[in-house]
Amino acid sequence: MTEPLLRTKGLNKAFGALQATDNVSLTLQPGEIHALIGPNGAGKSTLIKQIAGGLAPDTGQIFFDGQDITGLSTVARARAGLGRTFQISALAMEYTVLQNAMLGALGQAGTVWRFFRPVMQDAALRGAAQNALERVGLAGLATRRTAELSHGQRRLLEVAVALTLKPRAFLMDEPMAGLGTDGSQALTAFLDQLRTEAPILLVEHDMDAVFALADRISVLVYGRIIATGTAAEIRADAQVREAYLGQEEGA
Amino acid sequence: MSRTGLINLALFAMLPLTAGAALMLDEPFIITLATKVAILALAGVGLNIALGLGGLVSLGHAAFFGIGGYAMGILASHAQSFVPLMETPFLIEGTRSMPVIWLVAVIAGALAALAIGALSLRTTGVYFIMITLAFGQMLYYFAISWPAYGGEDGLSIYVRNGFPGLNTLDPIQFFGIAFVILALALWGAGRLAASPFGLALSAARQNEARVETVGLSPYRLRLLAFVISGAVTALAGALFADLNRFVSPTMLSWQMSGEIMIFIILGGVGRLYGPVAGAALFILLEHVLGGLSDFWHVYLGLLLLLVVLFARGGIIGALAGREVAHD
Repeated sequence: MTEPLLRTKGLNKAFGALQATDNVSLTLQPGEIHALIGPNGAGKSTLIKQIAGGLAPDTGQIFFDGQDITGLSTVARARAGLGRTFQISALAMEYTVLQNAMLGALGQAGTVWRFFRPVMQDAALRGAAQNALERVGLAGLATRRTAELSHGQRRLLEVAVALTLKPRAFLMDEPMAGLGTDGSQALTAFLDQLRTEAPILLVEHDMDAVFALADRISVLVYGRIIATGTAAEIRADAQVREAYLGQEEGA
Repeated sequence: MSRTGLINLALFAMLPLTAGAALMLDEPFIITLATKVAILALAGVGLNIALGLGGLVSLGHAAFFGIGGYAMGILASHAQSFVPLMETPFLIEGTRSMPVIWLVAVIAGALAALAIGALSLRTTGVYFIMITLAFGQMLYYFAISWPAYGGEDGLSIYVRNGFPGLNTLDPIQFFGIAFVILALALWGAGRLAASPFGLALSAARQNEARVETVGLSPYRLRLLAFVISGAVTALAGALFADLNRFVSPTMLSWQMSGEIMIFIILGGVGRLYGPVAGAALFILLEHVLGGLSDFWHVYLGLLLLLVVLFARGGIIGALAGREVAHD
């Protein structure tokens, strides 16, 4: 087996008496989509935050490309090549769609300390931003103010900004939420080919998407990974059926 | 040209037109008022880089304004008494040269902003407002209790400092200096807002997490914005002291910080020409209403309330309408 690109080792995080992350060790291999599923409140977003930065684990370590990144800031992790999308869209709402994508391209290019040349006339950044918007199908909305986008369109813009970063691994927190059936099918097809560019750690509630995409699935319940395996293995796992899928079928 | 563009052009032309008309009518006092507007607008342009672009509500910008003022006062007072600032380890003499004073003011303002910003920017929201206010007050009381440079009474400079080739005591010539500097600052601030740095800084105001996630540090962006902002405001302070030929701790007072902020709020937060509109209106009110009543600030307060409640974009926002998205 190849060396994992991303690896967590024994992560623990407690909020008071609540163990939000309980001894989580997982890996992300090059070229794969590793889906993280679990009922609401299982600690999926808490886990993503610890990996992307912004929330320090109580104990445990995170390795990215062999380097221990546990002590690094969010900014440094982004620079190292972790491309994150947020569960609740984190975009500059006053900006146009294109400006948001330009911001990502600017971060990737690292040419922010320039004070006189108009950024929107920078052909290279503009090209990178436009290209990312085209890939997610937002090119037609480039001049639209971000605040005017629908919820689903914002999710796509999140993905587009992550694309401009040319990350080495994606961390996606519910990119399908609010997309509707057509939208999530289109994004599913897109992520399917994106995995060859960089592996994706995918938190998602859309089970059709998860089972269609994931090379491996980890099931998180009360902060603990109760099972990891292929779609077929997870479907067959008795513990998982009881904890998670069973509930959904019953609902 | 867009409506905002036309309004900006009108605001820009207003000052030299007023000064020119006053020159023809032989009203030097009006020229001095126009000069005051230009200088206060410059202080506002400085604060607007932090406040409008960066979202940093600094209630301590009088510190930089006053540092600029004292840079002028200290250098010029040594020059007029022919006593050097220091003799060991090397000789530093006072100066009457405006360009040298401006350079010192800008550097001193930038360094102070670096120190104050580095600490203050670790906090956000109301704590940031309070800590910048606290730094401002520290400098205010320091100036009051520093007898070498006039303490509470301030420092008078008898002759306005010089600029090569100009007679700075002629009101219209000094107005020209102040106006050209304001024009350059507006041009620079406009370029800054449209630059890569401006894009990232303004994004950090809108969504901090977004900026971090693209690998840019909001703290560094804000600190540099604060330094540029402080330097510009300090330059305005040096000019203001030269306008009055007087500098006192009042320039460092929190009321002064409030006034600079009022220019921006009246004119329109984040609008390039907001401080020009705000400072012009402020000085106009001060002289029209101030002539009628000593309590003219009551009316200023009312106006401010109306702007904040009904015209969030300030005067420019009310006239130009909501700024449309542009690429």
